[in-house]
Amino acid sequence: MKKEQVPQDSCKSYDGHKKLIYAVDDSGHYQGVQSSGWEVEGFATEMAVQQLEEQVNDMKVALLAGDVSPIAYYMPLFRFDLMSLAHATGFFQWQIKRHMRTDIFAKLPTKKLKKYCEAFNISLEDLIKPVMKE
Amino acid sequence: MKSIENKISHRQSSHCESGVVTNMLNSQGMSLSEPMVFGLSSALTFVYLPMIKVGGLPLIAYRMPPKSIISSVCKKLNVKMKSQKFSNPDEGMKALDKALSEGKLVGLQTSVYWLPYFPEDMRFQFNAHNLTVYGKNEQGDYLISDPVFEEVVTCPAEDLKRARFAKGVLASKGLMYEMELPKMAVNMEPHIRSSIKKTARMMNGLLLPFFGNKGIQHLVRKIKTLKHKPQKDAALFLGNIVRMQEEIGTGGAGFRFMYASFLDEAATLLNDDVLFEISKFTTEIGDLWREFAMKAVLFCKKRKNVSIEDVATSLQVCAEQEAILRSKLLQWSK
Repeated sequence: MKKEQVPQDSCKSYDGHKKLIYAVDDSGHYQGVQSSGWEVEGFATEMAVQQLEEQVNDMKVALLAGDVSPIAYYMPLFRFDLMSLAHATGFFQWQIKRHMRTDIFAKLPTKKLKKYCEAFNISLEDLIKPVMKE
Repeated sequence: MKSIENKISHRQSSHCESGVVTNMLNSQGMSLSEPMVFGLSSALTFVYLPMIKVGGLPLIAYRMPPKSIISSVCKKLNVKMKSQKFSNPDEGMKALDKALSEGKLVGLQTSVYWLPYFPEDMRFQFNAHNLTVYGKNEQGDYLISDPVFEEVVTCPAEDLKRARFAKGVLASKGLMYEMELPKMAVNMEPHIRSSIKKTARMMNGLLLPFFGNKGIQHLVRKIKTLKHKPQKDAALFLGNIVRMQEEIGTGGAGFRFMYASFLDEAATLLNDDVLFEISKFTTEIGDLWREFAMKAVLFCKKRKNVSIEDVATSLQVCAEQEAILRSKLLQWSK
């Protein structure tokens, strides 16, 4: 890629920042060039962010309907998946899946709930009764 | 609180790990470029691990695993590295303060998610980010040289502590490291040759079909099967590849441009025209990866003239050209 071809598409995800890309000058030698984003990359990022937001919204609806526990809502909200949350809390993935059931969640001892509080960095009250932003 | 500000030369980098090493060594008087650090550590590769899922999508990487750049470069340049991990976060913060008060620059491995200065859309649960702390201001906030940012940043102590001690995959356990330059200058030439040889050897892949060229071919076959999947699933799968290749600080084209830059610099250093030609060829390969990313996203946007076959073919071309690059590099480093 020539340095004049380094995209400057002002990607939303960059939030005004610039990244360093390596590109060549006319003689074929390299230099670092700042880029405000590439539309192709931006599209992929936004698709992933949208997918996460969809998950959060679905879980919000399910939580309000009483179908799932707050764990199911907080997991995508804090951008965890089952594997990373399992590592962060020390639970097995199948345990976390169980904790997403409202009846199981209601019976969880404080000690176990605290592990989730720590992973999400929220208080026990917020874990049990999520404050939802619109 | 008394403020501390140790001397650092902050230069923006594409990638966090090669950037931290470059900045920490240059601040003490070396003059390395980020691509040189990346190339010397033989960090270029390709990995596709379909069985390891991150957010429901397979793990794809264009470089060697975290920490390999730091350890490999320090070993080659005879840099003395002192690293520590902590079971108690408060002790970890105390040790950081102590090192800073002794005038040291301290490298840290942290999570990305809990660093407040990251833009919202770039924060995700990834625990192997690297940065350098060079001081502390009167409010008790840490002064940080985060290599992927244009300028130095600050971070409140509480947030930095959380970022250092976040639990999870690749958890850093507060890992901090200091680097001490060697007494004698190191002759780079033999290291350049051996690191290129190592990269070339790895390019074919190991026995398993997940690494190097075999990994790319495996991914080509997987992409072809996406035509039986719903459009949305196919789009998310391809989008994930593009993100790993372009979004995650690679310097463009999954580190291929950075590697070409390394070859360019090495060619100048060794006054070697053949190597410069190989650098140009690597640039062309980088352009092919960018073309693949573009085709993949066009497919995601449902452009009728781009089929899943076209996307797969585009990646196949990258694999074929990299096989040629491999033989060129092997020939050169013989």
